[in-house]
Amino acid sequence: MSIDFRQVATIAAKEFWDRIRNRWVFVTAAVFAVFALAIAYFGAAQQGGVGFAGIEVTIASLVSLVIYLVPLIALILGFDAIVGERERGSLDLLLSMPITRFELVFGKFAGLSAALAFSTLAGFGLAGMLLWYQQLDPSGLYHYFGFMLSAILMGMAFLSIAVLTSVLASDRARASGGAIGVWFFFVLVYDLILLGILVGTGGAVGGKAFPFLLLLNPADVFRILNVFGSEQARTFYGLATVFPQTLSDPWFLGLILAFWIAVPLALATWRFK
Amino acid sequence: MPTGENGLKETAIIEMRQVTRRFGTILAVDGVDLSVRRGEMFGLIGHNGAGKSTLFKMMLGLEQPTSGEIFVDGQRPRGEAFRQVRRALGYLPENVAFYDNLTGLETLCFFADLKRVERATCPDLLAKVGLGDAARRLVRGYSKGMRQRLGFAQALLGQPRILFLDEPTNGLDPEGIREFYRILGELRTQGVTVILTSHILAEIQERVERLAIMKMGKICATGTLQSLREQMSLPLRFRIDRFDGDADVLGRLLRQTAETVVHESDRGTLVVECPRIHKMAVLRVLSATSGIVDIRIEEASLEDVFMGYGKERGNGETGSGMNGGRL
Repeated sequence: MSIDFRQVATIAAKEFWDRIRNRWVFVTAAVFAVFALAIAYFGAAQQGGVGFAGIEVTIASLVSLVIYLVPLIALILGFDAIVGERERGSLDLLLSMPITRFELVFGKFAGLSAALAFSTLAGFGLAGMLLWYQQLDPSGLYHYFGFMLSAILMGMAFLSIAVLTSVLASDRARASGGAIGVWFFFVLVYDLILLGILVGTGGAVGGKAFPFLLLLNPADVFRILNVFGSEQARTFYGLATVFPQTLSDPWFLGLILAFWIAVPLALATWRFK
Repeated sequence: MPTGENGLKETAIIEMRQVTRRFGTILAVDGVDLSVRRGEMFGLIGHNGAGKSTLFKMMLGLEQPTSGEIFVDGQRPRGEAFRQVRRALGYLPENVAFYDNLTGLETLCFFADLKRVERATCPDLLAKVGLGDAARRLVRGYSKGMRQRLGFAQALLGQPRILFLDEPTNGLDPEGIREFYRILGELRTQGVTVILTSHILAEIQERVERLAIMKMGKICATGTLQSLREQMSLPLRFRIDRFDGDADVLGRLLRQTAETVVHESDRGTLVVECPRIHKMAVLRVLSATSGIVDIRIEEASLEDVFMGYGKERGNGETGSGMNGGRL
C-alpha cells in the first residue's frame, strides 16, 4: 500500500493547529520556560546558594525534571488521538475519505509531535537564551541543544506509545488510564524494579544485562543521553563507571529512541483494523 | 433505465453476494444479495439494529464482511484501488459528528483537502445546503439540523458518483427535508447513484425508485414500492367521508360483487378494503350508491408493506396509519 503524504500532512496540520488554537502549545511552552528558569536559578540551592549555575549542572537538573514532565505531557497529548475520534463518532467519516489507516495514525502522530516539539523548543529555547546571555559558552550551548533534541525524541517515543494506547483502548476512560499506567511504569516503577533486583541479589542477577535493560525504557535512554553528554554531569550523577562507553554513543542512543518511536506506531497501525 | 435481468447486471454499480457480517455471536448481516443500478435512487429500510448501517459500512470498506463478496464501482472495498473509488463516494454517517472547535467552513475545507477538492468550492456548497450565513460560526453552536446539513455538504464534496446517506433527514425540519430531496433530485438528473436509509417511511416512499426491506440482518424484499405491494397483495382502501346511507346494505351489496371488508368509523366515515383486482368493480358499486359525496382511494403505504413483512407473509392486516409512519 502506498503512502500519500499529502493526506498525512492534512491530518497533521489539523492536529497541530488544533493545539495552537486551544493554546496548548503556548501553555506548555510557558510551563517549560518557567520550570527551566526556576531550576537554573535555584538548582544549586542544595549546594548552598542560589543564582545561575553552570549550564552543564543546569542541564543535569533539567533532565530530572523533564524525565517526569515530558512523558506525562506526551501521553496526555496522545491518548485521545484515535479513541477520541471513535467516541465522538467522527472516525467512520474520516475513514470513508481516501485515506489509509496508516496515514491517519501517522498524520495524528506527526501533528502532535510538531506541537510537542514546538512547545519544547519555544519553552526551553527561551530559557536557554537567557542562560546563554548570562554566560557565553559554545560547548554548553551545544549540550543544551542536545538536551532539547533528546527531550523531543523522548516525547515522541511516549507520544507513539500514547497513540498505540489510543488505538487499543475501547473508550477514552480506558485510554487515559492506560496512558497514566504507562507513565507510572516507565517513569516511576521501571528503575525501581531494576534497582531492586540488582540490590536484592547483590548484583548476581542482571548485573551484566543492566545497561541493556535500561535501553528498554525511553526515559532511561534520554537520561543516559544527557548524563553522558558532559563530563561535569557524569560526575554529578556518579554513574560513569556503571555504564559501558560503547552503549553511550549519542548516535546509538538516538537510534534506540527512533526505534521507540517507530515500533509502537507500527503496532498501532497494525492493530487499527 | 434497463429493468431486464441482463441490463441489471450490466449497470449495477453496487453488487453484494451472500454478504455476512458477524460481531461475536451476533449476526448483524446475514447472507445479503443486493444489486444497486447506476443512477438510481435506492432506499434501504428497516428497524434500528436491522443491519442497515453495517451494510453501509461494508460497502464503504469501513467493515470487512465475514464472508461474501462486495463490488462498488467494480472494485472490492479495500486496498489501494478502492482509494480511487473513494474519491468519488459521498458518505453521510448516521448521527454525524464534527469538530466543535472548527467553523463550518473550516470543517468542510478539512474534508475537501482529504478528498483533493478545491477549497474554493466550499463556500458555495455551504450556501447550497443553507449554511451560507453560518459558515464562519463554530460547529459547537450548530443545532442538530445544521450539523446534518454540514454533513450533507461534506458528502457532496467533489461531485460524487455514489452517495451513501444514512438517515440523512434526521434532525431536519420539514423545510429542510424538502430542500434536501430537491438537491437529491437535482443530483439524480446528473446520473448520481443515491443509496439512503430512513426509518421515516412516508418520507422515503415517493422518492426512491427501488427499495430493500431489511429485517434482522436479512433483506426480505427488494423492488419498487408498487411491486412490493403486489407481492404482499395488500388491500386497496376506499375512504368515504360523511356517508349517510345504510352501511349494512352497502356492505352486503359490495360483498356480492367482490371480496371486501367494510368498517364504519364513529364519525360517519366508511372504509372499504378490497384486493387490488376488484378495484373497478367496487368503484362501480360505490358510484351507483346514493349518499356518497366523495371517495378517497388509498394505496397501501410503505409502512403497510413494511408491517406486512414483519408478520407472516400474505396476512392482509394493515398498519395503523397510511402516512407519517415511523419505525
